[in-house]
Amino acid sequence: MASRGAEPAARRALRAAAVLAAVAVAAVALVSVVHDRAQPRIEASRRAQQLAGLTAVLGELTYDNDPLTDTLLLRDPELLGADQPLVAHRVRHAGATVAVLLNVVAPDGYAGPIRLLVAVDGAGRVLGVRVLEHRETPGLGDVIEERRSDWIHGFDGRSLGDPPAGRWEVSRDGGDFDQFTGATVTPRAIVRAVRKALTYAERHRDELFAAAPSPTP
Amino acid sequence: MDARALLRNGLVDRNPGFVQLLGLCPLLAMSNSVANALGLGLATLAVLLASNAVASLAGPFLPREVRLAVFVLVIAAAVTAVELSMAAWWPGLHASLGIFLPLIVTNCLVLARAESFASRETLPRALLDGLAMGLGFLLALLALGASRELLGRGSLGADLHLLLGAQFEGRGWQAFPESRGLLIALLPPGAFVLLGLMLALGNARAAAPGRVPDRPKPEPAPVPGAPT
Repeated sequence: MASRGAEPAARRALRAAAVLAAVAVAAVALVSVVHDRAQPRIEASRRAQQLAGLTAVLGELTYDNDPLTDTLLLRDPELLGADQPLVAHRVRHAGATVAVLLNVVAPDGYAGPIRLLVAVDGAGRVLGVRVLEHRETPGLGDVIEERRSDWIHGFDGRSLGDPPAGRWEVSRDGGDFDQFTGATVTPRAIVRAVRKALTYAERHRDELFAAAPSPTP
Repeated sequence: MDARALLRNGLVDRNPGFVQLLGLCPLLAMSNSVANALGLGLATLAVLLASNAVASLAGPFLPREVRLAVFVLVIAAAVTAVELSMAAWWPGLHASLGIFLPLIVTNCLVLARAESFASRETLPRALLDGLAMGLGFLLALLALGASRELLGRGSLGADLHLLLGAQFEGRGWQAFPESRGLLIALLPPGAFVLLGLMLALGNARAAAPGRVPDRPKPEPAPVPGAPT
């Protein structure tokens, strides 16, 4: 009895395993076909989105390189706000670096870190700032988004001397930048992050704006 | 159950969102606008149709031991395919739905329909059930999405360009300025409150005097331990 019962059980297990394996192969085949079809489009739209994001902060600036591939890796936990290296993009015109796009992190947002893109020109002026990623409260903290308000344009054209050092704060802290009703933590985090980004750009100006192709700072 | 009963079952009597309360996590999280609700609802519908079809065709031939594993594999493959396609053709919506798109895998509505219905039914009936349940879920998402967007942002369909293309940018209907919106409607507590109100409304209707209770007996519970 035992030996007769064991044979079908083993066969049954094998059949189950074979069915499962066949379905797994079919599933992987389906996913890989869809993946091959979709991947070029995903890649293209991601690139287009990144490029649109980069050029949005540059305003009217003309340039002739591809900032997406002209990158530097910068690490400065104190001034850039992250322990790991962050990507920066060089923007050049006729060989000279006319602006640097810094990815920085405001670590002290209300609901976690806020990722920013700060464009700085050779004179240390802000060309533009955009919030790339945040988890601030909808309706309160998300006024920092460009599509919600023009608060973020308050940084355009500013530099470390304008406003003077002590006034690079939100107005509640005695500075020149508005906070908004119900949210002070969010704008404070961003004002400080932009100030630190400008400080970084000033300290490392020679490396960032060097004409030579990608020296490592 | 004839075809009409199947449809009525999914859309009203056993609506996945409002009656069975399946897939509450995506239902509450992604019902903050009409566009998100529509996107997630259509994606779930597509997955339901695919998984119900395969479950119905393959169900009778599957050894009992691996049946659930096969369904999980099929659902995972279908969700991945839908997610990749959405990333390629609707990148804005893909970004907006974020993690809740791949998480359709864990929506126990999908596995429950494949396991407890489609695997024992003919292909047309399994497809019809997938359509009815998917539309029922979409309906629940849309009802919550529309009321939350209207209350919270004063608009309806403001983000639909994520789904329909850039030429629809700014074509949504704006009832009142966004700044006057009721913020809580957009936040998770608002989703709970509104869902509660809608359930209460449904219960009141079902319990109205003079109405013969016609709710069918509950089907066997969905797979135990399956996360929503």
